[in-house]
Amino acid sequence: MDAKRADKLMTGVLYAVAGLIIIILASLLGYILWQGLPHISWHFLTSPAKSFEAGGGIGIQLFNSFYLLLLAMLISVPLSLGAGIYLAEYARNNWLTDVVRTAIEILSSLPSVVVGLFGFLVFVLQFQFGFSILSGALALTMFNLPLLTRNVEDALRSVSFDQREAGLALGLSRWETVTHIVIPSALPGIITGMILGAGRVFGEAAALIYTAGQSAPALNFGDWNPLHVASPLNIFRPAETLAVHIWKINSEGIQPDAAAVSAGASAVLIIAVLAFNLLARWLGNRIYRKVTAA
Amino acid sequence: MDPIREAMLHPSRSARLERRGKLISFLCIALIVLVVVAIFAFVAWHGLATFFENKINLWDFLSKSVWSPAVKDAHGNPEVGALPMIVGSFGVTFLSAIVATPIAVGAAIFMTEISPRWGSKVLQPVIELLVGIPSVVYGFIGLSVVVPVIRHVFGGTGFGILAGTFVLFVMILPTVTSMAVDALKAVPRHYREASLALGGTRWQTIYRVVLRAGMPGILTGVVFGMARAFGEALAVQMVIGNASLLPQNLVSPASTLTSVLTSGIGNTVMGSLENNALWSLALLLLLMSLAFNLVIRWIGKKGEMK
Repeated sequence: MDAKRADKLMTGVLYAVAGLIIIILASLLGYILWQGLPHISWHFLTSPAKSFEAGGGIGIQLFNSFYLLLLAMLISVPLSLGAGIYLAEYARNNWLTDVVRTAIEILSSLPSVVVGLFGFLVFVLQFQFGFSILSGALALTMFNLPLLTRNVEDALRSVSFDQREAGLALGLSRWETVTHIVIPSALPGIITGMILGAGRVFGEAAALIYTAGQSAPALNFGDWNPLHVASPLNIFRPAETLAVHIWKINSEGIQPDAAAVSAGASAVLIIAVLAFNLLARWLGNRIYRKVTAA
Repeated sequence: MDPIREAMLHPSRSARLERRGKLISFLCIALIVLVVVAIFAFVAWHGLATFFENKINLWDFLSKSVWSPAVKDAHGNPEVGALPMIVGSFGVTFLSAIVATPIAVGAAIFMTEISPRWGSKVLQPVIELLVGIPSVVYGFIGLSVVVPVIRHVFGGTGFGILAGTFVLFVMILPTVTSMAVDALKAVPRHYREASLALGGTRWQTIYRVVLRAGMPGILTGVVFGMARAFGEALAVQMVIGNASLLPQNLVSPASTLTSVLTSGIGNTVMGSLENNALWSLALLLLLMSLAFNLVIRWIGKKGEMK
């Protein structure tokens, strides 16, 4: 076969491969939405799950997912900002920084089930938080921290050095330069990364099975005192999230409509993740336009 | 006292703020390092108890193929042979990497060499969406589509390594693809120009020049994908069949380190042998993820020297 024929052939093959990936995604999304959308109704989204009979909803799981996400982000955003600032602005080029970078790399590549087991050991048993939202949020923080930190560091590093020099030349300290000049101009990147991180946390289940628990006790949505047992805001109650719910009803559920419920829940999960993705792009672009006056 | 003298002798507000800010950001980073150390310490402490407290032979643990920690064998020793899980984990990892790599590299070549416009407008978002799909959703699709299809075609239950491979292949595909894209984009433009100027066709340029130059980066991506596949728990647990037996073939029920961990750790009592043995599996998982990390570093170093 001469070189020109081979070139044509391989170009065709590469087009086919690219098409294959698009087909895979399209059929995945199509299947989930086609199976799941018919089950989504206001009743499905708001009513509690049922263990033994058909017709249960995902109301409590949906609330738990968002509440857990909020708490996990509340803990991990400031921590990752601090860590990212240190790495981008203060860290010297020495062995200590190498150790830190290696640690972050290792943490980000740890299987999430191991992070969950560690959370189980430390937060659930050692600190006696029990299966609770708090344990779950802390486990998610560990899972999320390395990626957010790297994202913050990258965003800060992409700010041109002239900006820092200008700040320092005006007599600002390094910290003031970072908080008043570097962070505002790195904001689009930071926010995009945070929202993408939130999407990842929203779908995470393996780290939560043994930290936030696999049960969703009934909640009283009229009671917003965080200290009451049935209050939705109580952080010491077990909280099965949407992703855990899908896993649970598929691996040990006995509802007659398990397939329908998990299809509906999967569709909700996918739509939420898609929304996070779109929001990240839209907000990132918008803030970018705003701060750069472009 | 003289106010100017006073101001000179004490650190300014700005300097105090600077010190505080530096300290706070340092504490954040110290916390992350502490977490990593704590994870290793705790998991190792529980995982090693199997060998030191329960006196299980390490070699038996790695090479025997009967896993039922609650039962004792003829000699009164508990049966904790982790080989079925080790085989299962490595099986799904390598098979899914073998399936995913050619497709991922092909897509990466398409995106960088053949049609960058289509690549960035269509394939890039597609891959980002695939990364975002939660693993339980992959598991659910595996359970409701892949397993029945395998059952129909090959017979048996449909659960097994083949189903796990299918699910993991789709899961690691975007990871490998996006890292391969980065690797190919980093190949300098004048390499391509040199090859084309010598009369090479586009495919010859890709095959003889671009792929060779981007190889370390592509390999890093593949190892990253393998690390992800090795550590993936729920999606695999849903389709692998969860039988702690040595797999007879690709469609017989099997188990992986992660699947045994997720289904087992809640049903055992802390400190018992059953529980310690599970922690040993977790330790094995941890060490493997460390090993993948080392391989990635090693490839990075090798690639740099060229």
